[in-house]
Amino acid sequence: MTVRSVEDLLRDTRLFADLPPHHLETIAGCAVTARFDEGAHVFREGGPADTFYVIRSGTVALETHMPGRGPARLVTLHDGDVLGWSWLFPPFRWHLDALALEPVAAVAFDGVCLRRKAEEDHDLGYELMRRFAEVIVSRLQATRLQLLDVYRHDG
Amino acid sequence: MAEPATASHFLPEPYRVVRRHRETADTWTLDLEPAAGGDALAFAPGQFTMVYAFGAGEVPISLSGDPARPERLVHTVRIAGATTRAICTLDRGGVLGIRGPYGTAWPVDRALGGDLVIAAGGIGLAPLRPALYAALARREELGRVVLLYGGRSPDQLLYGPELERWRAAGVDVHVTVDRAGREWRGPIGVVTTLIERAGFDPERTTALVCGPEVMMRFAAAGFVRAGVGAERVFLSMERNMKCALGQCGRCQLGPVFVCGDGPVFRYSEIEPLLAVPEL
Repeated sequence: MTVRSVEDLLRDTRLFADLPPHHLETIAGCAVTARFDEGAHVFREGGPADTFYVIRSGTVALETHMPGRGPARLVTLHDGDVLGWSWLFPPFRWHLDALALEPVAAVAFDGVCLRRKAEEDHDLGYELMRRFAEVIVSRLQATRLQLLDVYRHDG
Repeated sequence: MAEPATASHFLPEPYRVVRRHRETADTWTLDLEPAAGGDALAFAPGQFTMVYAFGAGEVPISLSGDPARPERLVHTVRIAGATTRAICTLDRGGVLGIRGPYGTAWPVDRALGGDLVIAAGGIGLAPLRPALYAALARREELGRVVLLYGGRSPDQLLYGPELERWRAAGVDVHVTVDRAGREWRGPIGVVTTLIERAGFDPERTTALVCGPEVMMRFAAAGFVRAGVGAERVFLSMERNMKCALGQCGRCQLGPVFVCGDGPVFRYSEIEPLLAVPEL
């Protein structure tokens, strides 16, 4: 079996595929591979957000707890999706639970390490912020469409 | 310009309900055969008929059966008012009036030699099902055939067993719902999120999109963002149709009549009209 470097894995992700090699190398220095069993929480609401993930395989559900009603499942994330952006902004706390619905393989990024490197190299910082802004906008658009409940009077 | 309509254009042919199948709490699929015998109407994927429930009214309903099986007309109908309720509650043996088929077709042939991606939202899968049948009939002449299907919730998804059969027949079927409890094992999220994960070759892809208009706007924009040319994205528009003959103007959408110039339009042609709130 071929063991692939983290840098190779990053090149396969939608988030970093076209990143210049020197940035890729820097980011890879803050990344490790990670695995989660089915039923494991990747993170919990309110916990310290010092990591984010790119899912390589498997499904993760984002949930929030509703008093008296239990967990509400908001969205699921899949191969190639970015999981977590709370590491970028104070207070660096997760806003939701992330639950592995099946075995998950991911690349885990040390947010503290990346924030430090982004401060040192603003070009890298710009690339990171631009890419995360794109992810956030796309997630926001999807949420807006979800809120519109377009199938309610469909037909 | 449409030809002048004559009285016969407005005369429905009687069709008998030979099978009635409940898809969801408020949606039924009806199989119809000509009451006088013989084959039903020949149609192309994407076309619709005017279905007349006697004493209730007439509504446009997309054909959702296999165009290669002319012995029956199949319509999937969601109850949205008095006429669709009368259609859906008609028992086996009951008679409906049918006019048509009308409208433009999904350009399945255009996709030959490349990838075909079908994006359906809610009951929008019904008008796309004939395109899928047509694609499966020519499966070997196509690259990837992908179905991206989004529904409101798991209990509102159409054609459950058939989705599995399409998978087995070489279609990449991706299903998602807008909301679901923990018992649902599939993806949760809007159908447009499936586009970037679908893995088609945008340079040689033809995309067919049908669903609520807002969903189609988001989906068509998603295909273009993914690199599919706007001239290779097709939408099926819905407007209030009455005559279906391009005469009455009820379904006018700017310079076009949806019943005759559509319902299937190129996104590159219809996109400016979608941005006009008054239309």
